[in-house]
Amino acid sequence: MQTDRDPVTAHRAIEVEGLHKSFGALEVLKGIDFSVERGEVVCVIGPSGSGKSTLLRCVNLLEEPTAGRVTVAGTEVTDPDVDIDRVRRRIGMVFQSFNLFPHLTALENLTIAQRRVLRRDRAAAERVARANLERVGLSDKEAAYPAQLSGGQQQRVAIARALSMEPELMLFDEPTSALDPELVGDVLAVMRGLAQDGMTMLVVTHEMSFAREVADRVVFMDAGIIVEQGVPERVIADPQHERTRTFLARVLDPAAAGISEATEAEAPPGDQREP
Amino acid sequence: MPLSRRKRARLFRGVQYAVLAAAVLVFALVADWGTLRHAFFDIEVAKALFPDIITTALVNTVKYTLLGFGFGLGLGLVLALMRLSQVPPYRWLAVVYIEFFRGVPALLVFIALGFGVPLAFEVALDMNITVMLSLGLVGAAYMAETIRAGIQAVPKGQTEAARSLGMSSGRAMRSIVIPQAFRIVLPPLTNELILLTKDSSLVYLLGLSLGQFELANFGRDALNEHKSLTPILIAGLLYLVITLPLGHLVRRLEARTAKAR
Repeated sequence: MQTDRDPVTAHRAIEVEGLHKSFGALEVLKGIDFSVERGEVVCVIGPSGSGKSTLLRCVNLLEEPTAGRVTVAGTEVTDPDVDIDRVRRRIGMVFQSFNLFPHLTALENLTIAQRRVLRRDRAAAERVARANLERVGLSDKEAAYPAQLSGGQQQRVAIARALSMEPELMLFDEPTSALDPELVGDVLAVMRGLAQDGMTMLVVTHEMSFAREVADRVVFMDAGIIVEQGVPERVIADPQHERTRTFLARVLDPAAAGISEATEAEAPPGDQREP
Repeated sequence: MPLSRRKRARLFRGVQYAVLAAAVLVFALVADWGTLRHAFFDIEVAKALFPDIITTALVNTVKYTLLGFGFGLGLGLVLALMRLSQVPPYRWLAVVYIEFFRGVPALLVFIALGFGVPLAFEVALDMNITVMLSLGLVGAAYMAETIRAGIQAVPKGQTEAARSLGMSSGRAMRSIVIPQAFRIVLPPLTNELILLTKDSSLVYLLGLSLGQFELANFGRDALNEHKSLTPILIAGLLYLVITLPLGHLVRRLEARTAKAR
């Protein structure tokens, strides 16, 4: 399956070269080169519209790159001859909006792909599913339907669903952005546990404290390019680029950013109306 | 202003009730109850209808409806998938089919299948097959559009999640999208079932034998025999026995859908 001609590349979890992606006339990714080592936890940060989610979605080909190469664990996913369904089994994906299957119970959400894709029998699939529900702390919810779960519980089930396929790496697309603040902690705790167990993780996030604490590397993106990357202490605590500094100032001090935004958003004088 | 707006509204409503009550009273006094009763509810005629109107006519109506619905649902699903296909000729075929069968009267389809096909191809189709095809071909056109709308109403994230787990597009469609689409379109599909129940009366065109009579045909036959409208009234009531519970089911399903959102 894997040739030995380039052992360094062969052992990389993700390798992205010259990646471009356009939606119509809008170029969202303008040449991305980057890689993720096995067992590495990489957090991608940046303002909305910077292309970070698109980058993530290009890794498992939910978005078709316009140009460039993406290689996952030695398999080039951008090669038209590659069976993308086989590659996707090895890549877990967690979405901002959970995307649990609402017509299935939590347990069935975890077993359906095991049974239909990996062809596991029911008993084996349920064994794996129960182990993963326990891992995210939701053993007692296996019979619940997604609508009966809180957002945080749904996202943990979604993580367990991805883990049930026993993936080699996990992609997280803003996994806590749709959650009420008090539910974020449980999800981050699960992700922290995964990182400690050595899972390769590529995480698009706005949670700076999570990035600082868990990430091996932080990648800052803006306007479709990688502006800078490095260990979190350097990128978050001591950014080299002005754009990174501006972004971090807004994110880390939302009160100040909020005030300045409110001032900017003020209606022009001509449009003032008496209540 | 002598009257407030609310008082005027109340007065207006009172007048409406008074007019209605007067109309009912006049009708009750003028009507010839004896004739009406004989025409619409002759006990002797009614008795003569049973049990055949249940064991034959009602059973046949239900059977024809289910045959047509089952075939139409299957064909409708295929058409809906064709309509959403990446392959343009499939889409065109589906559109042509849907527009054609939605646009022509069901009556013509029945005549074509009941008389045209046997004459042109010199084959005699089984009555059940003819009924299934006639009702199903028309029903499929409507159901296809309903099912297509249901499939498109399933959020894109569902397909993305399924594909991310390694499912092929066909597998994602079968295991994830279609089951959810059917939940969404259950109320309109039940409505379609009600319409088909009534449309099943069109099979009288096919020239049924006695044992094949359904409610409308049975009623018409009995009307000729007894010279009374009673059979028609009873046949009508028996249609309601089928359609009213279905209508109630639709409202409950719609309420459930509204709550789930």
